[in-house]
Amino acid sequence: MNVTFTRRYHFSASHRLDCEALSPQENRDVYGKCNNPHGHGHNYRVEVTVRGSIDPATGMVMNMADLDALVVGSVVERFHLANLNTDPLFQQEVPTTENLCRAIHRLVVAGLPQGKLDRIRIEETENNFFEYAGEAARG
Amino acid sequence: MILLTRKAEFSAAHYYWNDAWSEAENQRVFGKCANRNGHGHNYTLEVTVAGEVNPQTGFVVDLKRLKDLMHSEVVDVYDHRHLNLEIPEFRDRVPTVENIAVSAWERLEGKIPGAKLERVRVYETPDLYADCFGPEVSR
Repeated sequence: MNVTFTRRYHFSASHRLDCEALSPQENRDVYGKCNNPHGHGHNYRVEVTVRGSIDPATGMVMNMADLDALVVGSVVERFHLANLNTDPLFQQEVPTTENLCRAIHRLVVAGLPQGKLDRIRIEETENNFFEYAGEAARG
Repeated sequence: MILLTRKAEFSAAHYYWNDAWSEAENQRVFGKCANRNGHGHNYTLEVTVAGEVNPQTGFVVDLKRLKDLMHSEVVDVYDHRHLNLEIPEFRDRVPTVENIAVSAWERLEGKIPGAKLERVRVYETPDLYADCFGPEVSR
């Protein structure tokens, strides 16, 4: 059977969208309110989906406690109640939720066996969300 | 082709246990879920079917028939039951959310009138769900 298992995590963080290569006016034009110099924040919701066959001994695609330890340790504790712009991951990249989604994918995929991570889905608000399944998935 | 999804809810008890293992091993792998007195959840079942729109009715599938089928095959069977003790497929299959999704798929497959079963999603909590796409890659 083709089965995936998804766990949802939550963190709250601030960010400011500002690209160094653009002028202050261009940044205001591109990012609008998100360019406010003092930043703003979101309650992010992250879905981590893993895939694979179900282990007949455990009934699991992956032990949820192991997934929680990985994602809480590498993602939630890193970003919760933090300013994303101060994170080393966002010194060269604007912390848009697209880039945050790819950054979370890199952090999680590094802790899983090859081929285990199906995708990362992140909601910035209830009305916008982003999904990333890695470059190979674009086929 | 159109995808159509219907939700239903059921509440059930379960615990995680592998008879081939010692009590200590069950505790180590399954943690609190290995409590033999069981615990319970409000599950949400989401069934997605794929098909063409009937030009006369405008339906992919008659929603009432899909609802009745979800109830007769899954909800009425699992609701207010102890999955380990009362449901045949969980005598030798740990009732994880992955296996509940697989079992619901097996109960529904081939019974949807005029449409193909595309995905069965089971939420154990709002932060935890499994998707079953059937025996072949259907995405």
